[in-house]
Amino acid sequence: MNQDKTPMNILLADDDEDDRTFFNDAIKELKMNNKLTIFKDGEELMDYMSDPDALIPHILFLDLNMPCKTGHDCLKEIRANPRFKDLSIAIYSTSSSEKDIEDTFIGGANVYIKKPSDFNKLKKVIKDVVNMNWQYHTSGLNKETFFFSI
Amino acid sequence: MRLYIKYDINLACRVIVQEQLDKFEVNYNLLEFGEIEVINPIDETVLNSIQVELSRYGIDIINNQKSQLVQKIKDTIVEMIYEKDKLPLSTISSYLAEQLKLSYGYLANIFSEFTYTSIENFIIIQKIERVKKLIVEDGLTLTEISYKLNYSSVAYLSAQFKKVTGLTPSTFKRIVDKRRSYLSQQ
Repeated sequence: MNQDKTPMNILLADDDEDDRTFFNDAIKELKMNNKLTIFKDGEELMDYMSDPDALIPHILFLDLNMPCKTGHDCLKEIRANPRFKDLSIAIYSTSSSEKDIEDTFIGGANVYIKKPSDFNKLKKVIKDVVNMNWQYHTSGLNKETFFFSI
Repeated sequence: MRLYIKYDINLACRVIVQEQLDKFEVNYNLLEFGEIEVINPIDETVLNSIQVELSRYGIDIINNQKSQLVQKIKDTIVEMIYEKDKLPLSTISSYLAEQLKLSYGYLANIFSEFTYTSIENFIIIQKIERVKKLIVEDGLTLTEISYKLNYSSVAYLSAQFKKVTGLTPSTFKRIVDKRRSYLSQQ
């Protein structure tokens, strides 16, 4: 009931160290109460996700191009698990091809973010995505038709 | 004569809260750190009476009224969008103020404090949510939807859809259709 006490649980999986740092800094500047957990690759992420005791996050930011287990692989595995049906997945990628965007949405992503090169833009994008997700989460909107490309 | 007393403030507060909740026959669990888990929903008038009683001891139910008000604002907006299709946007602020009997400025402040978004933005998100439903479930065309939801033009509806979702309505529909057939293959 007390919405501002509930922290938003955010996960990030990205193999690029600079991108992880930028993301972390941008999240710190959000007004919203949140808890960020960071993974260095898809395997680390999936180890966490397969632990039945791990907290289910509100939103996962997923880089597509990662070694070993790609973002596409993670997306597929996560969407095959009914435990995560309410989890929003935000694809975080350098590609902005229409095909990549459509394919990931069809595969179960909710948000597609083209990684901005500028830090201020990144902050704005993360804020917009986290905010939009929060509205879906707190207002009972239909996650099946939740698509947001930014 | 002077008496000196010592007291356990925590225990005192717990006992007061317990006595009051028992008096109103509330089914509850008293948790740590001033949190109370209420097992059966409490009627709003009862809750208000409890609040009045507790305030005599300097005990307040934190944020309860504000978050209830936020929920009421949301409910009013959703009802307005789903039942009063033809309401023009310009009167939404006066409509909300009238329905909730509070000034729009006050409502707008509380709303953004709790939801991290503005009333205006929430209305747009809810309207687009309705547009999505009409596209997916009712198969309406954009022309039909823009008339039904009182958009000034199809172009404007299309632009607002793109702004909120980042997708054109036709890309959105294609994705929904393909996702359904993808899921049914799984």
